[in-house]
Amino acid sequence: MLNQTGIPSKDQVLSRFPKENDLLKPKAILECYEDIPCNPCATSCPFDAIDIGENINKQPVLDVDKCTGCSVCVTSCPGLAISVAQLVGEKAVFKIPYEFIPLPNPNDIWKGVNRAGEVICDATIEKVVSSKIMDRTALLTVSVPRNYLHEFITVRKP
Amino acid sequence: MIKKELIIIGGGPAGLSAAKMAVDSNLDVLLIDRSPSLGGQLIKQTHKFFGSKKQNAKMRGIDIAKKLINDVKDYKNLEILSNATVVGLYLDKVLTVFYDGKYVRYQADAVIVATGASEKFLAFENNDLPGIYGAGAIQTLMNVYGVLPGKDVLMIGSGNIGLIVTYQLLQAGVNVKGIVEAAPKIGGYKVHASKVRRLGVPIMTSTTIKRAVGKDCLEAVEIISLDEKWQEIPGTNKIIDVDTLCISVGLSPMHQILSMVNAKMKYIPELGGVVAVVDDINQTSVESIFVCGDALGIEEASSAMMEGYLTGLNVAKYLRKPHPDSENLIHNYHQELDLLRNGPFGQKTLIGLQKLKETSHA
Repeated sequence: MLNQTGIPSKDQVLSRFPKENDLLKPKAILECYEDIPCNPCATSCPFDAIDIGENINKQPVLDVDKCTGCSVCVTSCPGLAISVAQLVGEKAVFKIPYEFIPLPNPNDIWKGVNRAGEVICDATIEKVVSSKIMDRTALLTVSVPRNYLHEFITVRKP
Repeated sequence: MIKKELIIIGGGPAGLSAAKMAVDSNLDVLLIDRSPSLGGQLIKQTHKFFGSKKQNAKMRGIDIAKKLINDVKDYKNLEILSNATVVGLYLDKVLTVFYDGKYVRYQADAVIVATGASEKFLAFENNDLPGIYGAGAIQTLMNVYGVLPGKDVLMIGSGNIGLIVTYQLLQAGVNVKGIVEAAPKIGGYKVHASKVRRLGVPIMTSTTIKRAVGKDCLEAVEIISLDEKWQEIPGTNKIIDVDTLCISVGLSPMHQILSMVNAKMKYIPELGGVVAVVDDINQTSVESIFVCGDALGIEEASSAMMEGYLTGLNVAKYLRKPHPDSENLIHNYHQELDLLRNGPFGQKTLIGLQKLKETSHA
């Protein structure tokens, strides 16, 4: 399916999510499903939580215990394939990369979108960060209803 | 006639990298590029690059271009000729260059051809209508000159360039109605595919363009589904209203200048087309004429840089002015190149290079 449509299967997506208990703290979700020559996620992680190894064609593996959810990898991934997820009460809180203008503002309600590009829910913008080191990839903190944990992937301007 | 130790044709990632190693080896170098600015295709690449630190991974292409130019610009032993086209290359390493309205002749001890690649095109009805572009032209318009190519676009080809240009069009506020791919699966990296899919762009595999529709300019495109034998399936035609068609169906090595010296050439589909037969240090069958980068086989810019560095080092050694750290650097860049080609996307290149090697030994 991924090979034909660009949409990863449900199993592929679930394989990258840690257990719900672990998600009480923010954790990186590494949605890189293909062996490509690339390793900035591993080299940028300040906590040594992402491993690719000597052969940079391998897919990244997350050490859930070491990951602090700091989100450095989110804006380092050239494929925009990493987000950070956390469960907070009835909400799933994401940190996602975003490279479009205009940027949203905190408290804006934008559309929550799934991996097929369909609008699935409202998404509340909590925080917008764009610094020099992130090199024009903004980091948005977004919250959506908890049941969209495995479906939500990005936001769209309403 | 102006004499130089080394002349490099092409100032893209391969040519600039070769220049860096050559000037570090104290060679007297001339770098010739036909464009107004150096950097080759990198100056249009607004996305962050893949690879590892050695290939400047996670830097945007535009910034990699700046870095590569910066790396060479202060050397007194490098002369850069922009807006200059090499129109002749001869066996005695004489080059005729068209520059500033005049033909100028140079002679070098060695020449590196780093001319890159040109885009492939597709044959279909009305493919000459205004509004039909190659992906490179769209990138030039949009990312170099800030001009939108149109309002509604259909992309042909799902290789990395097709996927990336789709993303860049969306960033520029252009509506991309879909990506059409004749093969049964997406050609480029899936992370790029997922990136545009989540933005709402459908990718239609096993589909091809049948014809363009329009009177004075493009108004619509007819597409049709293909079966597993790549034959059109009758009745699956669909008309998509667009004012812009972007063709991104692959690249061919720019080998033409090497044909002028009768360098031994071979058609190797895995490398993108006709390439020069080379030895272990990328020397063609014509003594002292070398080739590197996409001109020797289509790959990513990251590989072109590594190959440029290697060829620059090898040519310096060949001209008996080896880089002070020659052996060590040659070893490292070989390792990097092997690493880049070590995944599934590198297989095609490895097969192509193997075929090339068999030819040179024959």
